[in-house]
Amino acid sequence: MKPTDTRDPDYYHKVVDCQWACPAHTPVPEYIRLIAQGEFTEAYLVNRRSNVFPGILGRVCDRPCEPACRRGRVEEEPVAICRLKRVAADHRDEVKHLVPQKPASTNGKKIALIGAGPASLTVANDLAPLGYECTIFEAHHRPGGLMIANIPSFRLPEEVLDEEIGYILDQGVELKTGHRIESLQALSESGYDAVFIGSGAPKGKDLRIEGRDEADANIHIGIDWLESVAFEHVDKIGKEVLIIGVGNTAMDCCRTSLRLGADDVKVMARKPRQFFKASPWELEDAEDENVDILVNHSPKRFVVENGKLTGMEFELMEYQLDEDGRITDTKIAGTKIIPCTDVILAIGQENAFPWIERDIGIEFDKWGVPIVDETTFESTRKGIFFGGDSAFGPKNIIWAVEHGHQAAISIHKHCEGSALDSRLPRGVNLQSAKMGVNEWMYSNSYTGEHRRQMPLAELKARLSNRKMEVETGYTAEQIATEVQRCLNCDVQTVFEAPLCKECDACMDICPVDCLSIVPVAEEAELRQSLRVPANNKDQDLFVSEPLKDTGRVMIKDENLCLHCGLCAERCPTAAWDMQDADIFIPHVDDETRKVAAE
Amino acid sequence: MTSMSKPFIDKHLPKNKLGLSVRNYEGVMSTLCAGCGHDSVTAALVQAFWELDLAPESAAKVSGIGCSSKTTAYFMGQSHGINCVHGRMPSVATGANAANGDLNYIGISGDGDSLSIGFGQFAHSIRRNLNMLYILENNGVYGLTKGQFSAAADYGSKSKKGIENDQMPIDPCVQALTLGAGFVARAFSGDKTQLVPLIKAGLKHKGFALIDVISPCVTFNDHAGSTKSYAHTYKYYHPLVHTDFVAHADEVTGAYDQDGAMRVTMQDGGELFLRKTESDYDPRDRAQAIETLLMNKTEGEIRTGLLYLNSDLPDMQAANKLPKTPLNQVPYESLTPGKAALAKLQARYR
Ligand SMILES: Cc1cc2nc3c(=O)[nH]c(=O)nc-3n(C[C@H](O)[C@H](O)[C@H](O)COP(=O)(O)OP(=O)(O)OC[C@H]3O[C@@H](n4cnc5c(N)ncnc54)[C@H](O)[C@@H]3O)c2cc1C
Ligand SMILES: Cc1ncc(C[n+]2csc(CCOP(=O)(O)OP(=O)(O)O)c2C)c(N)n1
Ligand code: SF4
Ligand code: SF4
Ligand code: SF4
Ligand SMILES: [Mg+2]
Repeated sequence: MKPTDTRDPDYYHKVVDCQWACPAHTPVPEYIRLIAQGEFTEAYLVNRRSNVFPGILGRVCDRPCEPACRRGRVEEEPVAICRLKRVAADHRDEVKHLVPQKPASTNGKKIALIGAGPASLTVANDLAPLGYECTIFEAHHRPGGLMIANIPSFRLPEEVLDEEIGYILDQGVELKTGHRIESLQALSESGYDAVFIGSGAPKGKDLRIEGRDEADANIHIGIDWLESVAFEHVDKIGKEVLIIGVGNTAMDCCRTSLRLGADDVKVMARKPRQFFKASPWELEDAEDENVDILVNHSPKRFVVENGKLTGMEFELMEYQLDEDGRITDTKIAGTKIIPCTDVILAIGQENAFPWIERDIGIEFDKWGVPIVDETTFESTRKGIFFGGDSAFGPKNIIWAVEHGHQAAISIHKHCEGSALDSRLPRGVNLQSAKMGVNEWMYSNSYTGEHRRQMPLAELKARLSNRKMEVETGYTAEQIATEVQRCLNCDVQTVFEAPLCKECDACMDICPVDCLSIVPVAEEAELRQSLRVPANNKDQDLFVSEPLKDTGRVMIKDENLCLHCGLCAERCPTAAWDMQDADIFIPHVDDETRKVAAE
Repeated sequence: MTSMSKPFIDKHLPKNKLGLSVRNYEGVMSTLCAGCGHDSVTAALVQAFWELDLAPESAAKVSGIGCSSKTTAYFMGQSHGINCVHGRMPSVATGANAANGDLNYIGISGDGDSLSIGFGQFAHSIRRNLNMLYILENNGVYGLTKGQFSAAADYGSKSKKGIENDQMPIDPCVQALTLGAGFVARAFSGDKTQLVPLIKAGLKHKGFALIDVISPCVTFNDHAGSTKSYAHTYKYYHPLVHTDFVAHADEVTGAYDQDGAMRVTMQDGGELFLRKTESDYDPRDRAQAIETLLMNKTEGEIRTGLLYLNSDLPDMQAANKLPKTPLNQVPYESLTPGKAALAKLQARYR
């Protein structure tokens, strides 16, 4: 293996597992430290720069950062990164005057944004302060997209949404609600410099099996039904409800049903539990509210008596699994009728663009998904961009935000007439965290405390009020403990090979045995030659330059490093130092600053 | 020393036959200078004890005075130990060993502790063939008292202030050989691939096992001109034999027998494989060992490895026919047979 080039900005970035996994690359440890210091407002603003909606995401983010979090490898569970984001949002002071403001004058460039979901809102958030005249067209009477129409209020209160969307609209963004775009051609001919399509993936999948049409009155398409509930067109449902599908939409449907009068709600899954698409915490939350989740039931037909739905017949499935848990064989072991009053279909969403003419230069693939560049988010027609669920199919809010950031950069370049792909690279800026002998700019001690449990509103009370927020937020004590669980992975171990005298002190003190001094070899061999074999291949090995006395190399397996700084405290020559890595993630305003600097 | 002790995390580590990870063999936080060789010897002891599947509480740690002697607190925290008066560890070890031969005696000393004030004690514990592993952490100075030359400092070696040592050194390995020790080794704190198997072999050797470990004092003797620095030791480091210790017969594989390795069965169980790294060195030849250490020291080579092995000598317990049962397991009535028995005994000497 060659010595590691730590000047590659991605090397240290990858070490910050959470930040690397976050689509918007939120500097998680930085905001957790701010919370630890009681700087909630600062913590909120650090979040907002990356992910735009800290209050919203602090409640409902899909949190890809948490399964990635190093803490989950060191002990049982990851840091409650998402919950701590909410802490910053809940405890912040007024930030109206601290977020980007409406500019004194505009630059005369007009941008049309279709849909007021998180993708379009992010584009507007990034472009409006730079002087772009942004107009958002939204078919519904309220902005927010699926965040308002589908995510239930008991998970995401409307006030939180309104406040954070408000910060964006206050930057001088024009919002036209109740305004459905019926023709992209017409819009693109009405004088806009660029168009951003953030219209989502609005079509819920149907289940065309026997009895579907006869029972139509009691069969609901999940996302449409949730929207009707959110916009108060529907306020009740029958007593016995079956939810078909076991994704995140299904979880919202079952819990909403309980709040609209159902008392027997079953989620029907075709496959065993390990194949469920819903996040584990959403499954837990539903089961906590006494929802039954039945596995291995495949829908066969709707049972209709006297023109009314009375139940549903299922095939009982049996699966043969191989060693890796993949299904190798399927068998139907029988059938079963389960009585019900209503069925909600939550089996997926699709893109639909009936309002985009097929002859205006925008190409679609065979599934009706537009062809979009993964870096620039431009469609096959210049000046027309996609982002969020409309671009590559349904994802989540944080991906919509990241798409929005990237599309904003492209739109700016498009309007400037520069190449869309000549974007600022990411960077890393290192600064020693040393303040004195064994004194660091961060708290390097390790706590063995386990993850704090989110307190919940009382069950009966929350089921009787559809809008009552279930999660009540961490207490002061919980915050104080949880912040200390973060390992500060952005405080990097930085090695200076010429200083090392090979005394082994760092290797001996490392609590997770991640350092070794060994003869250099190819990666596969090297991974096995360490103090503890480096079997997590997702995690890099740091390889030093050859050491002066023996020509061996210092290897660090990044996998379990606690960032406790003990190697640096123990090193007699300061060959190891702890350095705070500031990962630079360019946004569109950085692009404009670069132009100004040139 | 660090600002905090090492957090206890061992879910990533393998367990030995007792179900323990290597972390279960550590002791309290070291207060030595960062980079001190002695800490590395501590880590090697922890590793060796773990690899041998010995219960941590089966260790009996004895030491004198010095930075080296302090380290008994840093390993096998669940076992008993004693810091004796300067240079007097061997006497205490002798008494303890006579009272309880079942424990694994680990003596930790320094070049100051063993070769000046404790020189006589050191010599006699070898003559007695006390069953113990005696580790002499050799840094050429009195570290604890701020870096005066010790009796092990080489002639011409320079102190931190640049003053040359003008006395001849005492070589503890040569001394041990002339005094009849059955297990004499030299190692370096910077090479655990050699040190760990030597510690294992030393623990399993029945009788006195000396390992003289070059263990640099990073604060007072790690400069240019010192012959006990890291850089100097790495440069002149010269292993003569490589030792592998295999504790369980079923783990002996072909890999150990290669290159005509010499196989020795230890009295306390386990097999030793000694592989020559240089033409004609035979660790069973005492005269050759002494000669190798004293003569032909071309270019200042530091010759390491298991320099001499004779596992047939009776240890103190056997030579003196001491009772096999540790005294703490002998019933009170037999230990103190009473006034009448004493009177009878005294009558024999009248
Ligand atoms: C039930 C459910 C629960 C979910 N829960 C979570 C969760 O907990 N966490 C999470 O991260 N993600 C969740 N998601 C996914 C997340 O909501 C979406 O990925 C995200 O909202 C996509 O954002 P977007 O901006 O691309 O589009 P959307 O949020 O879908 O917004 C698109 C907007 O465009 C408008 N629109 C569409 N066509 C037109 C047109 N022609 N003219 C004008 N306006 C138009 C729509 O009315 C809509 O308001 C959930 C989704 C569902 C269905
Ligand atoms: C009776 C007595 N004499 C002198 C001393 C002072 N003293 C303390 S440690 C030491 C020498 C230690 O040297 P060494 O054994 O090499 O240990 P190191 O610190 O180098 O590891 C001396 C002379 C003492 N503690 N007790
Ligand atoms: S421990 Fe902290 S910095 Fe490290 S991955 Fe988890 S949240 Fe991020
Ligand atoms: S503690 Fe410092 S000098 Fe010693 S091996 Fe580690 S990096 Fe090298
Ligand atoms: S003074 Fe020397 S021997 Fe003592 S702890 Fe420091 S480095 Fe080690
Ligand atoms: Mg000494």
